[in-house]
Amino acid sequence: MMSTATPLADSRPAAPAEALVLDSVTKRFSAAGREVVALHDVSLQLTPGTITGLIGPDGAGKTTLMRLAAGLLWPDEGTVHVFGLDMRHHGHQVQASLGYMPQRFGLYEDLTVQENLDLYADLQGVPHAARTARYRELMRMTGLAPFTSRLAGRLSGGMKQKLGLACTLVHPPGLLLLDEPTVGVDPVSRRELWQIVDRFVREEGTTVLLSTAYLDEAERCDDLIILYEGRLLGQGKPDVFERPLEGRTFKVRLQREHHNRSLEQKLSTLPEVVDAVIQGDAVRIVLREPSAVEAIHRALDPLGVVDIEAVPPRFEDAFVSMLGTRGRQDADKPDHDNSSETATDGTQPPRSTADVDLRIPTTDDTRPVIEVRDVKRRFGDFYAVKGVTFDVARGEVFGLLGANGAGKTTTFRMLCGLLPASEGRLVVAGIDVRRTAAAARARIGYMSQKFSLYGTLSVAQNLRFFSGAYGLRGRRRAARIRWAMEQFQLTSVANSNSGALPLGYKQRLALACALMHEPEILFLDEPTSGVDPLARREFWHRINALAARGVTVLVTTHFMEEAEYCDRLAIMVEGEILALGTPSQIKERARTAERPEPIMEDAFITLIQSRREQPARSGEAKREA
Amino acid sequence: MSRIVALITKEFLALLRDPRSRFVIILPPIIQLIVFGYAATYDVTDVPFAVYNECPGDQSRELLARFEGSPYFRHVATLTHEEQMAPLVDRRDVLLVLHVGPQFDRQLNTGGVARLQAIVDGRNSNTALIVLGYVQDIVTNFNLQRAGRGGVPAVPVRLEIRSWFNPNLVSRWFFVPGIVGLLTLVVTMLVTALSVAREREQGTFDQLLVTPYRPWEILVGKAVPGMVIGTLEASFITAMAVWWFRVPFNGSLVTLYVGLELFILSAIGVGLMISSLSVTQQQALLGAFLFLVPAIILSGFATPIANMVPLVQKATVVNPMRYFIVIVRGVFLEGTPAHLLYDQFWPMALIAAFCLTAAAFLFRRRLY
Repeated sequence: MMSTATPLADSRPAAPAEALVLDSVTKRFSAAGREVVALHDVSLQLTPGTITGLIGPDGAGKTTLMRLAAGLLWPDEGTVHVFGLDMRHHGHQVQASLGYMPQRFGLYEDLTVQENLDLYADLQGVPHAARTARYRELMRMTGLAPFTSRLAGRLSGGMKQKLGLACTLVHPPGLLLLDEPTVGVDPVSRRELWQIVDRFVREEGTTVLLSTAYLDEAERCDDLIILYEGRLLGQGKPDVFERPLEGRTFKVRLQREHHNRSLEQKLSTLPEVVDAVIQGDAVRIVLREPSAVEAIHRALDPLGVVDIEAVPPRFEDAFVSMLGTRGRQDADKPDHDNSSETATDGTQPPRSTADVDLRIPTTDDTRPVIEVRDVKRRFGDFYAVKGVTFDVARGEVFGLLGANGAGKTTTFRMLCGLLPASEGRLVVAGIDVRRTAAAARARIGYMSQKFSLYGTLSVAQNLRFFSGAYGLRGRRRAARIRWAMEQFQLTSVANSNSGALPLGYKQRLALACALMHEPEILFLDEPTSGVDPLARREFWHRINALAARGVTVLVTTHFMEEAEYCDRLAIMVEGEILALGTPSQIKERARTAERPEPIMEDAFITLIQSRREQPARSGEAKREA
Repeated sequence: MSRIVALITKEFLALLRDPRSRFVIILPPIIQLIVFGYAATYDVTDVPFAVYNECPGDQSRELLARFEGSPYFRHVATLTHEEQMAPLVDRRDVLLVLHVGPQFDRQLNTGGVARLQAIVDGRNSNTALIVLGYVQDIVTNFNLQRAGRGGVPAVPVRLEIRSWFNPNLVSRWFFVPGIVGLLTLVVTMLVTALSVAREREQGTFDQLLVTPYRPWEILVGKAVPGMVIGTLEASFITAMAVWWFRVPFNGSLVTLYVGLELFILSAIGVGLMISSLSVTQQQALLGAFLFLVPAIILSGFATPIANMVPLVQKATVVNPMRYFIVIVRGVFLEGTPAHLLYDQFWPMALIAAFCLTAAAFLFRRRLY
């Protein structure tokens, strides 16, 4: 819809040719005797000099499409043309003008930054004469100039991604393919990566195809491609997707002191609501049609004065309502979770298992469930955590945010009893972790970012083991396993090896395992990393339902939008807590005249930048050197 | 208790549902048993030899016929020139050349001393010694028979040899019981050395450590599969030794199993210690082999510990296999009663206690 129609299958190397054209491409894979259609009849084109975002949940075929475009795979049907040349016949020729950065870019960790650059320059046959200027340009853009002699393995996650990008760009490509370049990268580095890509498009006229799991990044693209289960759902500018939602998006806020978590749950059960998500102190909703707002007013009337404010739609609203509706149509499939259904599950457990459902501990409710006092952790003579203090109240969702190496994982591990603290006081569920860790461990649930399950054990065996590990026996154990199977829709895969499951199932199983013993406190270590936006949303609905029933949740995350779901959060930098408070309080600190409505990412970046300008800088400079 | 049962069940499932670890447990022991049972032997038979006979008489022919008729020798060449000898030995075509001089018969018949020259390939000293022993036997018998026929003075001392425990000196009787120890060690080490490291690598160990299990409970959970699999493996090989390889079993099964369980426990201890020190399965595997190779070579399995240099002999006191080899050979061939094996039992118990404690301690230790 953007292009001025160049005929397909034209092998003229003429200048205005589309950068990338896929014409009814189908790609199948056969795995374990089963045939999987990774891409089904996909046709699309990329306009030169633009950034196109490739968006879709896990397994949608994003990486397959990237690899087809890079000439690493051949389509089973259809053709792929890059700059007017057929990849099948002119693959080698085309690859010279193509840059591809896979999800895990092959940096040599034992080589320095400079040696990595040299290696990729050699591999891509960049003439020596051109290198000096090119390196200087790349180092300036990526800000890696001071680190050229550092080993690549010693760089932070964000810097590694930037170096990977620099290596891909050593030979100026006409078409740049980036497969999830910002996954696992902290917000500051993410913003810098985008600046580099933007500048390349502007200065060198590069065409970029970029896949991402962050929906806020979609709005930065010129053009979007949405893939779902191997099919192209649509291509167009972000606002094309947002337009149908005009007048259907609102922010709901209760005037009276009322918890927004139960509001969100109430809203998501309403038939008029397509999507409901917590955003700071309000709940953002997408309605089926603009007129339904009357129904919402009526439904919320008993709760007191309600403030419903119309807000402009975001791409995320469009994506979720588009795929959420689609998921509902696939009712024949075993796994057709969507947000509203899940939330219903959470609040109204099936009657048969009601007697064993999560109990809310009601004793001494006022005391904090987690107490952290001046906790330090030293590795050699380096303090990873230097004097952290915070409390978490019962039923609270508490977030720990920070870039890689900020000390949030170390703090987290100390709380779970996986790492002894060097100094300070740690009390979890009224038990001193530093003294009787085993007793404290019986009352917590833990889920790690790798969804640590026994891969060779079946789903049912994993559940049986974890229930047994917490001392569950007999009927209670059987009931809990039944509960987990039903609540997390695992019955259909009960006998499959958990290692072979799709990521979404693994995440659900991991959460189910962590909840077998009905813990008072749930520790979640980056629970949504690598999971697509829909599964992420579903996951948070479950967490909200748990928190509403009195389970305390401590979560680490690097998704800034997830910080909005927390009641309170702590932002950690260099082993210290930089800010502690509700999402609104933290965002307040980034409010300026030109930015009256800051989002969490703005707040995070402002906080980190203000910190860097402070005297701490001298210490940091020393370490960098 | 039910918690430990859950843990043990999980350990067994994790081990047996993984095709690769199933393979490690089942196939290598069978292959190794066959290979060692049939191939590992000190017996020298079918020795190829050449004859260079310069004497046309019947005495020399009679002596040489004894070699040709012996089951240990195989006549492969008859030489006519002295120069033909060297290339045959060099090319390993023969291990032995018998040279009879032209005066052989005449010297014998005149009551003198005749000479038979035996040239042996000494490159493998062990084999050369055995071949020479056979040659000596044949020559001695030849002399005795001549003495019996009269005319020639008899040999003053005649040697009567009785070899106890293994009358025919079959080296399979020596090797096969040792294989019980060898394979039990290998399998137990592999099962346990990979167990913690696999969980570390896959991140499930953290998950296990946040459950209320105490270190000793995890230790029990990890040790039981090793015990069960090691015991089954050892029982299978013992049965094969008795019924397939026909090695006599003279001692008591109880003694053997007491020794076996102590041995397996110490192997589990070493395996778990290696495992809890490793971060990846690769490290654990490397560690296991770093232990296995010297443990086998310095156990007395193939070469006697008494022949090693004193320093190495001292070092073998920490090798559990050295004690078990004594037990298993004793029980099989000698029927040694338990009370004579106490000195083998307690060092293994000590090694097991030390290593298991250390492993439990190391579980919670992180490699920061």
